[in-house]
Amino acid sequence: MSRLTVKLGDWELDNPIIPASGTFGFGYEFAKYYDLDLLGSMSLKGTTKDPRFGNPTPRIAECEMGLLNAIGLQNPGVHKVIEEELPKLRQVYHKKAIANISGFSVEDYAYTAALFDKEEDMGILEINISCPNVKHGGMAFGTDPQAAATVCRAVKKVTTKPVYMKLSPNVTDIVAIAKAVVEAGADGLVLINTLFGMRIDPRTGRPIVSTKMAGFSGPAIKPVALRMVYQVCQAVDVPVIGVGGIQNADDVLEFLSAGASAVQVGAQNLVDPWACPRIIEELSRKMDEYGIETLEEIIGRAQK
Amino acid sequence: MTNGMYEIVSNRPIAQDTYEMVLQGDLSFAENPGQFVNIKLEGLYLRRPISICDWDDATLTLIYKVVGKGTRQMAEMKPGKELDILCGLGNGFDMKKAGEHSLLIGGGVGVPPLYGLARRMVYEGKKVTAVLGFGNKNQAFYVEKFKALGCPVEVATEDGSLGTKGFVTHVMENLSYDYYFACGPMPMLRAVHACGKPGQLSFEERMGCGFGACMGCSCETLVGNKRICVDGPVMDSSEVKF
Repeated sequence: MSRLTVKLGDWELDNPIIPASGTFGFGYEFAKYYDLDLLGSMSLKGTTKDPRFGNPTPRIAECEMGLLNAIGLQNPGVHKVIEEELPKLRQVYHKKAIANISGFSVEDYAYTAALFDKEEDMGILEINISCPNVKHGGMAFGTDPQAAATVCRAVKKVTTKPVYMKLSPNVTDIVAIAKAVVEAGADGLVLINTLFGMRIDPRTGRPIVSTKMAGFSGPAIKPVALRMVYQVCQAVDVPVIGVGGIQNADDVLEFLSAGASAVQVGAQNLVDPWACPRIIEELSRKMDEYGIETLEEIIGRAQK
Repeated sequence: MTNGMYEIVSNRPIAQDTYEMVLQGDLSFAENPGQFVNIKLEGLYLRRPISICDWDDATLTLIYKVVGKGTRQMAEMKPGKELDILCGLGNGFDMKKAGEHSLLIGGGVGVPPLYGLARRMVYEGKKVTAVLGFGNKNQAFYVEKFKALGCPVEVATEDGSLGTKGFVTHVMENLSYDYYFACGPMPMLRAVHACGKPGQLSFEERMGCGFGACMGCSCETLVGNKRICVDGPVMDSSEVKF
């Protein structure tokens, strides 16, 4: 145990920093830039049953303090991920990773989860019921408590690994969704996914991203993410991984104070490829400055 | 990929809405002409990808067109200012594949990376002809600099105000060549590719990261999905799918 150690259930992480799914590929390409074993863990690129190219380009648009993306779950499909991507990752990363799973039907989720269940170095199955960039499935499962619970139960049936549901912020009552999936057996929660947003070219009047509407992430969404983590941590008793606009160690301390047990860094990886190791280094410095002994002691302190 | 601070040595307009920025800093990253850099700008979240025009032991030259907030900010920068830049991005052109006589075909702001390529190919004694296309005379740049390298230069403008009236493909019809390197807007790349000769094409796309993490700039090719930022921006004519 070091002062940066945090726990997700029985899993002890050396530090709370996890690159978020979709901003880190399958991890191994970042090994050129730093030692991946420095990370707490990593959440892998969203994986579906079948290969997907995703949406047409343009898939990206700049926003004030953030970006829109409409990648649309591009990935080579679960079989190729397990046969080709995971072996490459294992050569350069020796901790447990988080598999991120998406689907278009309840059966899809269960199919992909059952395959990842056999991979020993997957520490958590993160179930993405919140992707705003696919027409069917995705976010549709994450905006209705019953549908979210159904996906959760189906995945729990096929795996003994901890199942964390990644929730959508695009709902009226995130607590209701959180409670529904915890009741259905979720071992933890990840929140939030991107906010559903839009940009239009003022000159032409046309939407910039091909899908017109897309997922908004980056520092601009941090207050929303923090509020939702705070609300959900008050209402449920499972570990929560906080994600949304984290740029530095102060942001991490905010999320842990709100109740998160660990955090994911997303958009920041795209503008600063060294963001995660930089934040890990900065954490101890900030803890010294604020008189924080261990991270474990501050988790949820804002709740009191 | 490397990350460093680069100081602006000069920044000047060279054509309508088009600027040349010369920077100094660590240039050990540079491998091939056709690579690009990704520049952090004040008040903007995503970096701005700009192709490298040329580099030497001491300086890096970028040419950019003012098209939005980021490039407008760049146009107003003064010498002495330092910029945070991700360098050495993309594969760049593979000069080894050049033929007996290669055309270097550039359209608009697709012209800059071909200058660095031309300079190196001329230096290595390879036979090249530059074919440069612009909208009109006021948008044309670097024509004299290409000529100063000592290679033949053909210019086409859409309105005929400089060189041949029409597109680069009109000039290409009268030239004999066995290979090409091309960079420019999508319709130009499509037309060049349709000529059927072997070559390399450099593509442009809106990017999130510029180094392969976000999948924002993916495209389908005959040999599978590729990311324009890391698997490109240069692709072989045999794999391109229009």
